[in-house]
Amino acid sequence: MSDSWQGYLRPDGRKGIRNLVLVIYTVECASFVAHAIGRDEEDVHVIGFPGCYDNPYAIRLMLSLARHPNVGAVLSVGLGCEYTQPARIAEIAGKSGRPAQHFFIQDEGGTRSSTEKGKAIVHKLREQIRTEVQRGPMGLADLIVGCECGGSDASSGLAGNPVVGRFFDHLVDAGGTAIFEEIVEAIGLKHWLLARGSDPDAVQALRSTYEKAEAYCRSVRQYSTSPGNFAGGLTTIEEKSMGAVAKSGSRPIQGVIKVAESPPRPGLWLLDSVPDPHFMQFGYTNPNDSEGLMDLLAAGCQLLLFVTGRGSVIGSPIAPLLKVTGNSRTYDRMEEDMDFNAGAILSGAKTLDEAADDLGSLIVRIASGETTKPERLGHREYFIPYKHQDTPSLSAGCRA
Amino acid sequence: MRGYIIHPDDNVATALDPLEPGSTRVLGAKAGEVTVVETIREGHKVSLVAIPKGAPVLKYGIRIGYASMNIPAGHWVHLHNLRSDYDERSQTLDGESGAPTEPVYV
Repeated sequence: MSDSWQGYLRPDGRKGIRNLVLVIYTVECASFVAHAIGRDEEDVHVIGFPGCYDNPYAIRLMLSLARHPNVGAVLSVGLGCEYTQPARIAEIAGKSGRPAQHFFIQDEGGTRSSTEKGKAIVHKLREQIRTEVQRGPMGLADLIVGCECGGSDASSGLAGNPVVGRFFDHLVDAGGTAIFEEIVEAIGLKHWLLARGSDPDAVQALRSTYEKAEAYCRSVRQYSTSPGNFAGGLTTIEEKSMGAVAKSGSRPIQGVIKVAESPPRPGLWLLDSVPDPHFMQFGYTNPNDSEGLMDLLAAGCQLLLFVTGRGSVIGSPIAPLLKVTGNSRTYDRMEEDMDFNAGAILSGAKTLDEAADDLGSLIVRIASGETTKPERLGHREYFIPYKHQDTPSLSAGCRA
Repeated sequence: MRGYIIHPDDNVATALDPLEPGSTRVLGAKAGEVTVVETIREGHKVSLVAIPKGAPVLKYGIRIGYASMNIPAGHWVHLHNLRSDYDERSQTLDGESGAPTEPVYV
């Protein structure tokens, strides 16, 4: 089959596989209205940050999402007294060539009038991006695919993550970009990880990222394991780690990006989502699976892969999320939510290469417009917490 | 009844089915057989050889921790006899369900 399709060409040069209007709220107090605006609106997704006091990590993340390849237009909605400024978000999105608008609820009246105003805006924005967007050929070399795993069991390391790893090898060889994260799920694998750096700079970046993650886990006494992992047969973080990093495949790691950074060139990249030392000490690294998916989205991933062994029913806004399980029993029990069954590798019915080819074909179909099961079910979970990472200061601060 | 070995250097295999005492086929990187001596749940690990106390437990060809007691061949390998080099809290979890035993809910 052909490995190319028609994508959406953004004015800033990015290429998307969906054409969406993104509604962003800037404080929890505006979330009800934002969701009311998005309700029953095709191709309108909603995200937001609940905090009133602003947080550079959250702002960088939202600015990345406002300029995501799958996003064509933006409406940002605030209450009116929070720190984070909807106008600044709309301004940045507008500079990227995306039509963008904003308003404060306190300026418009109340719930109903703000919702009506917002709906009128998203109708106009949707019409605009549907008629004005340029289409053009896209292929694997234009794709950035991110992968995370959650609800892992023994099958995740034996089949679910390895099939993604083999697809990632194929994607990287085709000139595309693959991102894996969860460095806290590489604990115990320092030498293995460093041996995969593509050059001395990459090795140094991997070393400092690993050492930070290990120090972090030791200091908060939290390793990335859960009761469900142990019940499913995983015993140690080292064992879970080796299963988790199998999703990275076998190609050299080009380097490390932080949250809201895009990979500077194609190839395989590690995303560091672990908090850096900060006086507030806030931020568990992996509060839940949706948080990690937001970090991958902020790197510009047009498509997300989620590997689960025990099962999961989450999705994602902005990018189609495709769920892979290596556990055939889980697939049978949760087929309405699972997109791909890699369990055939363990029974011997398929080789790893055959399963990875099947996964690649499905990914090309999804990129061409076929919907994933979470998309069809309407899943758009998101989670943006307070967190701190040492990244360059915001060139466009969002405080008033 | 089937087990799965992912790397030829490993001294444990993963149960693909619930295992009962008796001979079990091992598929994967180094196919063979192991005589299982106790009930082992699907997804859990079985020792393929005797692993002395303090020796590394190997899966994926790497050390995933060490034996906290002598583990004869064919035994269930989990929280009660395999210890992480890093995570200390896992030793306090319930071996069957993985649920925390502390803090006490009052």
